[in-house]
Amino acid sequence: MNAASLINFAYIVASILFILGLKMLGRQASARRGNLISAVGMLIAVVVTLLDKQVVNFTWITIGLVVGTVLGVICARVVKMTSMPEMVALLNGFGGLASLLVGWAEYGKIRAYGWDRYLAEFAGNPVFTGSAIFLAVLIGGVTFTGSVYAFAKLAGLLGGKPLLFRGQHLLNALMLGLILAGGGVAIFASDPALVLAGFATYLVVSLVLGWTFVMPIGGGDMPVVISLLNSLSGLAASAAGFVISNNVLIVAGCLVGTSGVILSVIMCKAMNRSLLNVLFSGFGSGAPGDGDGGGVIQGELKPISPEDSFAVLEAARQVVFIPGYGMAVSQAQHQVRELADLLEQNGAEVRFAIHPVAGRMPGHMNVLLAEASVPYEQLVEMDAINPMMASMDVAIVIGANDVVNPAAARDKSSPIYGMPIINAHEARTVICLKRGKGAGFSGIENHLFLMPNTRMLYGDAKSTLQAVVSEFKSIAAG
Amino acid sequence: MDLMLLFFIFTLAAFLGFELIAKVPSQLHTPLMSGSNAISGITIVGAIIAGGTDDHSWLTTVLGTSAVILAMINVVGGYLVTDRMLGMFKKKTAAVKKEDAA
Repeated sequence: MNAASLINFAYIVASILFILGLKMLGRQASARRGNLISAVGMLIAVVVTLLDKQVVNFTWITIGLVVGTVLGVICARVVKMTSMPEMVALLNGFGGLASLLVGWAEYGKIRAYGWDRYLAEFAGNPVFTGSAIFLAVLIGGVTFTGSVYAFAKLAGLLGGKPLLFRGQHLLNALMLGLILAGGGVAIFASDPALVLAGFATYLVVSLVLGWTFVMPIGGGDMPVVISLLNSLSGLAASAAGFVISNNVLIVAGCLVGTSGVILSVIMCKAMNRSLLNVLFSGFGSGAPGDGDGGGVIQGELKPISPEDSFAVLEAARQVVFIPGYGMAVSQAQHQVRELADLLEQNGAEVRFAIHPVAGRMPGHMNVLLAEASVPYEQLVEMDAINPMMASMDVAIVIGANDVVNPAAARDKSSPIYGMPIINAHEARTVICLKRGKGAGFSGIENHLFLMPNTRMLYGDAKSTLQAVVSEFKSIAAG
Repeated sequence: MDLMLLFFIFTLAAFLGFELIAKVPSQLHTPLMSGSNAISGITIVGAIIAGGTDDHSWLTTVLGTSAVILAMINVVGGYLVTDRMLGMFKKKTAAVKKEDAA
């Protein structure tokens, strides 16, 4: 067996490991092993690629591998569980940029040697390989700047509100035209100055397009965007695979590309919206007053102290926690679990109601609660908890907002109308932990906070929960 | 390799990707996204081939090496972050046992 077939054989093994890994990631019991298996596949792919006859210069590759590994380990170790979504966005952006650079490097080689020598090494013809390079750079560029924008939005470096301006879609369409024109010139023109201008144009405009594409999407929709960008980075890798006729790149990139689309659609369904609506509607940018037309919002905010909250909770037999992004922000998951344990000792039955899009990523809350050792049997999904909600004595809403907003069910003028919610308002008493007054991340007024059975527990969730917990403990001690 | 064969592989992989992610409990969506994000770091293979060619061009070296670094961050960071997340999911019994042992 010669080296080339050995490499291709190893690529098949790596592809199988990726497929198995992805499949196992979809089941709780096997997820961790699945991730390990796909990592082994990656290791195999990297090692055999080093044996490729194309690869002769190892100095820089080794430096690159070492530096990348060190930085990757640092990223993974340092990041807090609450910042996971922005970390994934950033890592995804790096992958996209890498695909862009691969496309650029291959393009540089073609320009240096000419097509004939290049195509002797890799299958294809100028039109096909040129288009694949074009796609790798375009998709890679959009993925990179789009992910960086999503990262900045989630990390709070930019406002959460969507930015819309007149003619935005027209501008995006114009830029797409410019990219196509520039790409065409870069591939087919022969005059060096013209080629350079064409390539520079479409490289730069691709980067700008990623930015303006994510700009009109609100912070609340970032999970969907990240999932979609993840899918795009896979397609960029796949395009790079077509350039260098590499089947493991094509298969793995394509798997990520299509599974990312499915995941995005699942997330959109959970919000009862279509993918197109998420991407193009500028959701949440409307004036906050828009929804008041029906006079639905009436009532006032009724604050409650930690001491009174304790009194309510001590008498409760059925308690449900409804966590949201606020719990992540104040790192309150350990206090939540402590309170849950005390309530259980007190004889109450405790559940955690998880909305599919609570937090900044689907499953975000599950990860945080798991970090605090809440057993996942106690986590109940939205569809399972809603029928039980009326029998709940207390619902504790911890920094969740839109996912418990009854306006989604009642107020047709509300921008979130039609989104399925957790019916927290049906519980006998609702205690809402909230940092302060004012609308949440999406900028939408929450009707739940004004309902007669709702009490507002203001302050940082971590310290207010701590106060309730110490009330419990002092009673137990006394 | 034949172009049509590459397309054939691509198409089959696309359908496989759609089928793999049909029924996933929502608590696994974040790890799944992060894990598949790590797989998209497969572009490391392209980066190694691009950067390893010895064509005496500083541009290729710079682009290739940067691509290797970035893709490697994506791969290593992605797998480790996913593992960290998944390591936190425990069954109640397992969690209790661990506490007893501590």
